[in-house]
Amino acid sequence: MSRLAQWLARGVVITDGAWGTRLQALGLEPGALPDAWNLSHPERVLQVAAEYVEAGSEVILTNTFRANRVTLAEAGLAAQARQINEAGVAISRRAAAGRALVFASIGPTGKMLLAGEVAPGELSAAFAEQAEALAAAGADALLIETMSDLEEARLALRAALRTGLPVIVSFAFDTGKNRDRTMMGVTPEQAAAEMKAEGADAIGANCGAGIERFVPICARLKAACALPVWIKANAGLPEWRGGQAVYSTSPEHFAAYLAPLVEAGASFVGGCCGTAPDFVRALVAAREAM
Amino acid sequence: MADLQKLYDAVLNGDQKTAVAVTQEALAEGIAPLELITKYMIPAMDEVGRRFECEEYFVPELLLSARAMKGALELLRPLLAASGAQPAGRVVIGTVKGDLHDIGKNLVASMLEGGGFEVIDLGADVAPEKFIQAVREKNAQIVALSALLTVTMPAMRKTIDALREAGVREKVKVMVGGAPVTPQFAREIGADGYGENATAAVALARQFVQAAQ
Repeated sequence: MSRLAQWLARGVVITDGAWGTRLQALGLEPGALPDAWNLSHPERVLQVAAEYVEAGSEVILTNTFRANRVTLAEAGLAAQARQINEAGVAISRRAAAGRALVFASIGPTGKMLLAGEVAPGELSAAFAEQAEALAAAGADALLIETMSDLEEARLALRAALRTGLPVIVSFAFDTGKNRDRTMMGVTPEQAAAEMKAEGADAIGANCGAGIERFVPICARLKAACALPVWIKANAGLPEWRGGQAVYSTSPEHFAAYLAPLVEAGASFVGGCCGTAPDFVRALVAAREAM
Repeated sequence: MADLQKLYDAVLNGDQKTAVAVTQEALAEGIAPLELITKYMIPAMDEVGRRFECEEYFVPELLLSARAMKGALELLRPLLAASGAQPAGRVVIGTVKGDLHDIGKNLVASMLEGGGFEVIDLGADVAPEKFIQAVREKNAQIVALSALLTVTMPAMRKTIDALREAGVREKVKVMVGGAPVTPQFAREIGADGYGENATAAVALARQFVQAAQ
């Protein structure tokens, strides 16, 4: 049995919630690169990771979403790419303390291949460096997330697979009338078929719209490739109240979608932007009630 | 004779090579640059926008068409400048301070250029003072602000406030956009308009310019 299959043997796995908003609550400046805190404020990153383990997350991510060389270069941190990724895994492993698995996060570079902002070779090298550092530091699996461009996802996946770890590729479906395409126009069917053909171990959807939109997307991903499906939904779209971004979805409302998601084929469920440890606790309770 | 319908098709299909070739041929035959732009290129970009709205086109198609348009425009710009022709309007655009995301902003900038606007792109993480300076120096009619993060949205309000304090707010129309931005937020911070996507931004910019005439 593959490692992934072993983890999923007892049914749906509850993952974690958002990190960026938690780190901001602990003093991360708006617009600052969260990943840099792995080196400058490791104890606060550890606190966020530990909150999720405490809440019942069986998988936690790492604070490495933007820790690829291309993105780090914009903050003048390219030379520290390796250390930031290693520290990210070390912090999450310490928080997990054997109670949760650590899936290391790899996000998009924010540069468009098609617009000529970055060359394919640069992307491949950046993802390879990040994936190797995450694997060497002891990640249990690699999660390529919030992707919108198939080509960038493919380059990241190829780099990640060379580590020998299980690799999940998750897309942000947030465009179109039904919010069922990525910004680049990719459908769940295209994403699933292409990533399976490249050897992904699981396929997913994260960020994008509120959780209600994820049930049909989950079913479509599952129907298109039969791989395990990873789901991490936002807590709805932010509303602006008194100068603060407020996410309208409550933990209970969010967790009410666990059963429909599992029925639609989800193997991993957690939260993206706007979710917090309360959401994880609600998901754990909802699973017990299933 | 240059087949000008081919120019329209090349922009619509994102074929930069053909767009440039037909433009060169047309110029060699003495066809007026403005005619190429207003009769063929802008209508083609309008059709691109329509297809984007109908979800026949997505960002990749938009980018390719904008690139084809840009290739042709680069040939025409020196001629237009020499003839004293004015752009549809001048837009100062940037992602607000604290926010490094520029994909959406770049897309809006490309589509505005495709729509015949002169675009002054200040990049990402742009301080309010830079917007003020650009408005003054370039005599822009429109300021376009982008933000991708909820945490940097307050910088949009700060930028608008700074424009007001500098006494240039009344000279420009301000439009805002970006994933977490809503029409309600745009109203709340005193922007003149909200663009849901790149093609909506072009339509809004045209409304602003027409209303000023």
